[in-house]
Formats: sequence, C-alpha cells, structure tokens
Amino acid sequence: MQSQDDHEAGRNRRAGLRSVAAGAPGEMGETAHGARNPGMALDLDWVAECRVNRSAVERRAATLPKRRSVKKEWQSAWLLKAISCIDLTTLAGDDTPGRVRRLCAKARRPVRGEILAALGAESLSLTVGAVCVYHEMLETARRALEGTQIPVAVVSTGFPAGLSPLDLRIQEIVASVRAGAREIDIVISRRHALNGDWQALYEEVRAFREACGEAHLKAILATGELGTLRTVARASLVCMMAGADFIKTSTGKEPVNATLPVSLVMLRAIRAYRERTGHAVGFKAAGGIGRAKDALSYLCLAREELGRAWLEPALFRFGASSLLGDIERQLEHQASGRYSATFRHPLG
Amino acid sequence: MSVVDVFETMEYGPAPESTGEASAWLQRHAAGFGHFIGGEPRAAGATMFETRNPASGEVLARLTQGDAAAVDAALAAARGAQPAWAALSGHARARHLYALARAVQKNARLLAVVETLDNGKPIRESRDIDVPLVARHFYHHAGWAQLLATEFPGYEPLGVAGQIIPWNFPLLMLAWKVAPALATGNTVVLKPAEYTSLSALLFAELCMQAGLPAGVLNIVTGDGRTGALLAGHAEVDKVAFTGSTEVGRRIREASAGSGKKLTLELGGKSPFVVFDDADLDSAVEGLVDAIWFNQGQVCCAGSRLLVQESVAERLHEKIAARMATLRVGDPLDKAIDIGAIVDPVQLESIRTLVARGVEEGATLVQDAGQCPATGCFYPPTLLRGVEPASTVAQEEIFGPVLVSMTFRTPQEAVALANNTRYGLAASVWTENVNLALDVAPQIKAGVVWVNCTNQFDAAAGFGGYRESGFGREGGREGLYEYLRPAFVRKLKPIPDAAPVHPPRPAAPAHEAGIDRTPKLYIGGRQVRPDSGYSLDVVSPEGVLLGQVGAGNRKDVRDAVEAAAGAGAWSRASGHARAQVLYYVGENLDARAREFAQRLRAMLGVTARKAAREVQASIERLFFYAAWADKYDGAAHSVPIRGMALAMHEPNGVMGLVCPDDAPLLGLISLLAPALAMGNRAVVVPAVRAPLAATDFYQVLDTSDVPGGAVNIVTGERDVLARCLAEHYEVDALWYHGSREGGEAVERAAAANLKRTWVNDGLARDWFDGEQGEGREFLRHATQVKNVWVPYGE
Repeated sequence: MQSQDDHEAGRNRRAGLRSVAAGAPGEMGETAHGARNPGMALDLDWVAECRVNRSAVERRAATLPKRRSVKKEWQSAWLLKAISCIDLTTLAGDDTPGRVRRLCAKARRPVRGEILAALGAESLSLTVGAVCVYHEMLETARRALEGTQIPVAVVSTGFPAGLSPLDLRIQEIVASVRAGAREIDIVISRRHALNGDWQALYEEVRAFREACGEAHLKAILATGELGTLRTVARASLVCMMAGADFIKTSTGKEPVNATLPVSLVMLRAIRAYRERTGHAVGFKAAGGIGRAKDALSYLCLAREELGRAWLEPALFRFGASSLLGDIERQLEHQASGRYSATFRHPLG
Repeated sequence: MSVVDVFETMEYGPAPESTGEASAWLQRHAAGFGHFIGGEPRAAGATMFETRNPASGEVLARLTQGDAAAVDAALAAARGAQPAWAALSGHARARHLYALARAVQKNARLLAVVETLDNGKPIRESRDIDVPLVARHFYHHAGWAQLLATEFPGYEPLGVAGQIIPWNFPLLMLAWKVAPALATGNTVVLKPAEYTSLSALLFAELCMQAGLPAGVLNIVTGDGRTGALLAGHAEVDKVAFTGSTEVGRRIREASAGSGKKLTLELGGKSPFVVFDDADLDSAVEGLVDAIWFNQGQVCCAGSRLLVQESVAERLHEKIAARMATLRVGDPLDKAIDIGAIVDPVQLESIRTLVARGVEEGATLVQDAGQCPATGCFYPPTLLRGVEPASTVAQEEIFGPVLVSMTFRTPQEAVALANNTRYGLAASVWTENVNLALDVAPQIKAGVVWVNCTNQFDAAAGFGGYRESGFGREGGREGLYEYLRPAFVRKLKPIPDAAPVHPPRPAAPAHEAGIDRTPKLYIGGRQVRPDSGYSLDVVSPEGVLLGQVGAGNRKDVRDAVEAAAGAGAWSRASGHARAQVLYYVGENLDARAREFAQRLRAMLGVTARKAAREVQASIERLFFYAAWADKYDGAAHSVPIRGMALAMHEPNGVMGLVCPDDAPLLGLISLLAPALAMGNRAVVVPAVRAPLAATDFYQVLDTSDVPGGAVNIVTGERDVLARCLAEHYEVDALWYHGSREGGEAVERAAAANLKRTWVNDGLARDWFDGEQGEGREFLRHATQVKNVWVPYGE
C-alpha cells in the first residue's frame, strides 16, 4: 500500500506543523504495524502540567459528529476503512475453538464479495485489523489466520482487572509472544493511576514492554475506572513514555467503556507526545461501539485531532464485536439502495 | 470519486443539505415579498430590492423597501391590536407563544435552510444552534407570559415596540426581540436587516398558521432608512435595537426626550483570556466557537485573544494547526465550519481592516487557499503581535479574524481586557477556580464565560456594558425592558418653578451665628468652586438664606475623578456598606431638628412637614441599608452542567441630578440606593434648595463614608447635568428635572452610551413608598453580569 507517511507529510504541511516522520517500518514489517514507540524517560513535570477541562472536552466531542458528515461513496470508503481497523474480538468465558475459528473466518472476509463488487472495492483485499482473543485461544486463531497478514492480539496481564502477581503477568506476556501473538493488550494497574503513583505505572508498563519483545504493546487504561479525564490524560502520557505502541480505552468489561470525550483526551495526549518526541502512538477505542455511525464519529475525531495518518490500522483500532454487523448492513444499503437485514450477513 | 480512491485519501467529500423545500417556498414568492402587516402579507411595493445568497451571489428574492406609509400602517396595526393582546390572560398569551415555539420546531429545517441561504452561515450552525435557540426562546417566554401577573405585580406593558435586528443571527435576534415583547403584552413592528429578511417573513407566515392575532407582530422590510422611520416614529413606545454602535448612538440621540424606552445591543471587541494553567487544547476549540463561529460576524465574538506570555508560543502553534483543519466553503454543506461572509461590502471591510493591521505591524497567519474560488468568503485569520495601540485591537472587525496580545499577570490581563470602549462579553480560560472567579467580576462585560464561549440561553440575560449598549435580553432581567410600573402612567408633570423673588438682605437666620460658607464636597473634602462665584439661596418669601458655590465643568471633572478613584466603595461588602448607611441615618437623626429648620426656611413649609421629610429621609436610608446586603443575584437555570450566575454589579460612577421638591428626601432617594449597591456618586442637589445637601456633607463626614464615594456639586442643574452626561467616565446618570433637561441628558449621553434614567418631566411623590423607593431603584443602580461557569472534573 501507499505509505501513510506521504499523506501525513502532506497533512502536516497543510497544517503548518513541524513535519515529523513516523519512523522506519516496524520490525515485523506487516501492513497492520507501524513504527515502534521506544518510549522515553518518565517526565513527571509534563504529567503534572496536564490540564483537561471536562465541560469543554464534552462540548467538542458532542459537536464534532455534527460538524462532519460523509455521504455516498465517501461513506462507503470510510466504513470500509473502519472495518480495516477493527480488532475483531471475542473475550468470553465460553469461547471455544469453534467459536474462534468462525470469528477468524469473518476476519478474513468481513464483507460479502458481491457487496464489495458493487462498491468497486474488491481490489482492497479487505480484512479486519486483527483478531483479539484470550491466550488459550491464541493457537486456534493463529492457525485459522495462517496465510493472511492479520495479526492475533492477545489480552494479557491478568485481563481484565490486572491484579494477579506482577511476575505472573509478565510471564503471561512472554508465553503469548512465544506462542505467536503479535500484539499484546495489557491492562494497567488502575490503582497506580488513581493514586498518582506514576513511577510505579511507568515501571510496570516498561516491564510489560520489555516482555513483549517484538510484539506490539497496547496499553488498556480502563478509563471507566479512572474517575477523571485528567487522570486519563496523565495515564495516557505515562504509558506512552513507558513505550506503549497503542493506548486503548477499555477492556470492554468496565461499566463505561469507550466514549468520545475520553477518546478525545487520549488522542490529544497522543498528539502532545508526537509533537514532543516525534513518535506516533496508536489509539484503540474499545467497548460499546456498535453502530456504523459511531465508528464514523471516532474516525472523524481522529482525523480532526491527529490527521489522516491515524486512519490506518497501524495507528487506529476499534475493539468491537458487533460493530462489523452494523457496518455490513450500511454497506449493503450503499451498494443496493435497499435497507439491509442482519441475517443476510455471515456471522462472525 | 471511487470508493477505492477515497479509501486512500480519506477525504470528507460533499454532504449537501437539500434546498428543495426552501426553493419551493421562494418560488411561491417569485413575484416579490411585501410587508407583513395586520396579520397578512401585503403585496410587493413600488420600490423593491434584492436579497442574495452570499455564497453564490444568486438572487434569492425581491423585497419591498419600507416607506413612511408602510411604517405608519404597521404601527397602526400594532397599536390597534395592543389593548386586546395585553388584555388576554397570561395563560392565553402563553398558549400563543407555545404555538410559535412548536411552529418553529415543526418547520425547523426549512427555517435553517432559508437562514443559511440568505445569510451564508453554515447549515450546521443554523440547524444546531440558531433554530433550536429560537424555539427555546419562545418556550421560555411562553412560561413568562403564564407567570407574568404573579411575578411582576404592579407592572404593565409599554405598548408598541419597534424592533430593529441585524443580519448576523436574523431569526434568533427576531426571537430575542419578539418573544419577551409579546410575553409581556406588547405588540411589535419588526424590521429585519435588508441582507437577511427572509427568515422573518417565513416566521410571519408561521405566525399566521399558528393563529397569532392580527397586528400583534408586523414586519416591515427595508434598509436603514426604514429603520430610522420606525425608531423615530411617535407611535413607538419602545425601541429595541441590535446592531452597530454607530447606529445605536444615532438612535439614542434621535429618541432623546421622547419618553421611549430603549434597549441597545451593540458592538464588541470581546477579550478571550487564556491563563497559563488553561487546558490549551480546549481553549483552542473555545476560540473556534468564539471567532470562527458565524464567520466571526458575532457581536460578542471573542476577537481579542489575551494569552499569558509563557504559553503564547504554544497556543499560537495550536491555533495555527487548528485553523488549517477548519473547512471553509458552501454553507449548505453539512461538514463546513466557515461559510460565506454576508455581503461583499462586509468582506471588503474585513479586508481593509486586516490590511491595516498588517500595516501597523501585525503578523498575518492565514491560508487564503482555504476559500472557494468564487463567492463571498474570507479564511480564518490570526493576527499575531498586535498591540493595544493597533487599530485592529480596538476596532470591531466583524469577521473571522482573531487578534492576539500577551500579558504577564492576572492584573495585567484584566487591565488589557478592560482596555476597550466596549463591554459585551468575555471568555476566561483557567483550571484554577480562584483565578476564574476573581477575574470574571473584574472584567467590564455583560457576559463572562468561564472555560466556554458563546453560550446563550433564554433564561440568562445578555447585554453589554459601556458602548456595547444597555438593557438585557433574556431571563427575568430582560422582561423589565418591556414593562413599566403601572403608576408611571398616572404621574403628573412637575410644576413650573415658582418665581424667584429678588433676595432681601439681612436674613434673620444669619443674625444668631457666624457666617457659614457651604462649599462643594469633592473627594471627601470641602472645596471652593472653580468659578469663584456663588449662587444665592432664597426662601419663598425672598429672604436670602445663604449662598452656595456655582459649580462648573471643572468641578464636575474633579468630582468625577474623585468618584472614579473611590473604587474601594464598590468592592466593599454589602454588610460594610449597610453599616455606613445606617450610620448616616443615625447621624442625620441626631441633627434632625436642624435639618427640619433648614427645610422649613428653604421651602416655607410647616414645621410638621419639614420634620416629616427628615424622618422619611432617615427611614429611606435605613431602607437601603437594609437592602445593601440583600439584593441578591440569581443562579439561572440554563441547560449546562454548571451555573449561569446573574450578578448585580454597581454601574460604577453615577451622576445623580436631584429633584427640586423634597430637597433632602429626593437626594436621599437617589443617593441611598446608588450607594447601597456600591456606586460612587456625583450629586447635583436641588437647585432651589441646595442647603440641605451642603449641610448633609457634614453628616457624611461623620459617618465613615469614604472620600470620593459621594461628591456634591451645587450649581445650575442643567449645565451640570450636561457635563455629567457628556463625561466618558460617568457610567450612569439619573436625572430629575424638566422634560427638556432630560432630553438634553439623553442626547448628550449618546456619546458613550451611558445608561440614563430620566423623569421625562414627570414628578414622583417621594413620600410614596411605591414611587419613591424599592427594587426599581436598585435595578437602575446595578447592571446584571451573567457569569457562565460550566464545571465537572
């Protein structure tokens, strides 16, 4: 594919920002992954000076979806882009190999061929961004995705609460990486963020990052449990300083998962980190995004706050299970002019 | 554009709003619009003008230029309908206003599209902001109509309101004007701006459908000439104008002495203050809402960025980056942030001012390539390195142009914020609640938004300080602009002054003691008049009672300077001011007999009557001492998570020109409420009987009244009143004298648009509690500042 850097550079020129290259291609070299974030020394001054005004953030988040609109071919393209950014996910106690194989089949062919043909989008060879499972399902998923570029992401470190012993959490990462996971979705210790123990959070994520080796680290902040947007902003910065390749809103298990205001705060943290260090960190909105329209709002938000470069699976993901179904229905509507029905689309 | 291409570029693509319904409506009026008078659309007139879509230049419709006959007819219809409209029960009027709110909602999209076609504002704004606020305004005022009788006892409507609205928020300004007028039982003749009359004419059709009685709302189209005819018409009881300060000033002058009540909502150069501890990303979005809302054609636009020097560079970078993502173009596109400038004339004016700014040394940050090749567009623009002395820092640009200056300390931020003739709105950004709530009251503006901007709601008053006008729209405070106390109608003209006899020397009063020389009282000191002349004070029998200083222009200057310097009085707590006022009462009481004798000698009244006036004066001091810590503001119920605090702030420096009858009680009746609310006063005492005032300064001296809080200048009433009216540092002026004197005051006050309250030549009974004291006085002694404080961590 065309390098996203070209877009980014153009965007930056237009925006009058100092142009920062996104870095060399990732060590693993596949489409879904961009350059790694090496992290930096913990900068507590920077963490301390974080300011987030909740009302203002909420206002921006509430008005943005009404300021931007994509229609017709543009809507189809944006929805296809959303699919390419989905981490198709199953994280349930009753997951079985059969269930995971079904999911992986959907990951390979997320949209019915005739719909893609009608939209003239066959050449995209569309897949989702990744498949996301528990460690026990990793092997099944890896085998089911053989021959594709789709990475398997594994949730780790005592997901979702992250309260098992630190050494076990680290071992869990090592085991998953050894078994072929290319992305590790770790959960942070919320208590460190809630108590402002940024040193502890930094060291924890740093240790996880080391354990990841070549696998990309996605740090789940569990924002629904962090209490305030300011804490979200600070935790975002600390995780990026510790070398997270992605920061991710939620496990999907908190009472409140991804929201636009929380995402806006995290995207702005990513922007600040990028401006100061030159490193591009990805963003994953997870949990509670079930509608195509919502997905478009998230993509618009990322485009407005971070630019075109972030609208790629290397830097943007949706953690979702039901979103794909709604997008498929919208795409069939775009393709046929008729409103669709759920049963017309293969289950994942 | 193929899906695969867009997948690569991830551009937004066009998202046009349909104009089908709006075009059909315009097509139905292809013959041209007439006025809307007496409940029906009139045929198109003899002189027509065109209204255009500024985004394309295309002619949308032809409208009738309102002439004198049209204005006469509209006012006759309004006058005819008014008694029956006012006689309806509050509930019946509430039903009508409710129906209008519903009509707006039912036709929301058509109204939004017509507005965008005619004005050029993005459909996102007309659809999501203007029209919902219009509906909200009618709902809110339907409620006030329902509650009017119980919430405003003793008040009555003014009669017929002539309303002139601008082109920047055509329908919203209509709602702000029409809803409170109708709710309070007034009828209306409204003139929309000539660039943007269509939504008003569409609204008139909705009124017809909604069954609004004929004549209650009339619309006359036309340009400024039509507006002048309306504002100057004898049949108009109330003029409400929103527009430029220049035109507002002309309306003030033209309506002087007419007894018309006036509300002016004028220009601004509102500061947008960013402290170093602000959420800078959110502040940038605030600027988008402040100066890139409605193409910056907003009277309260945050157009003057004041940023703390330490974060200025970072903020400027963020602003420049954000400007680049603003989308300028077809206002009917749902994904456009900045639409078209309303008219080529306005576009030219923006260009000229920006060029001037650059000439004077500002750095231009702008990407002209953002605009479409054709149509009336101007790109989002930042002028950096602007100094307070720059033209663009002082003049309202009324376009998408932000000018930026830096400050070092909160004190300097406040000084720069207030370094303007305007005072409409301000925005303050900081995460420190102490700082925000310290700075908000110090900024001279009718609205202060903390960590937000351009928030409007029907429940919160909106209006300016200084040359941004006077009066409030919205909220309880806005309703008073369309009401008057019922007793006013029954007031009689003040009697002609009794003939002055030539003084007879050797007044008996002098025989007993040493000669006394009443002086002027300025800055807490007794001073001789600059002129070196004195005026005789003569009893009705012609006895020379004494001489007072003949104050002149320079004495007024000194008095105003002293008052301006006595700001500590305004900052004192209500409790502290109450104690001083009680103390004044106490000390007056101690000298009651002496004051009664003086009144007796000056007025020739009975001892009993003179004593009664002194007692009433003492009681009035207590009355306002009691009020000093009780005239609370309000926390308005606005639809945010947060508060809109309506704070009662003193006017500042007030001129008080006192009535001749009841020389002591009249003085106290004006001075006590002014002081109680924290104003500093320059008092011109009763001309006929000034000795009560000159005696009174000794009471002030012994009562802990700080120097400069009260200044007394004796002399010719109308000469001194004129000096006060013309003085730029005087914020408000109350005048009790002849009708002609009041007219002169109102005319002279136009220079800085100070608030005036004149008696229109009518005499109040100062002994009457309803006429002589109460909330009416407190309201005139204060102005309402609405401070919006959204919160949430």
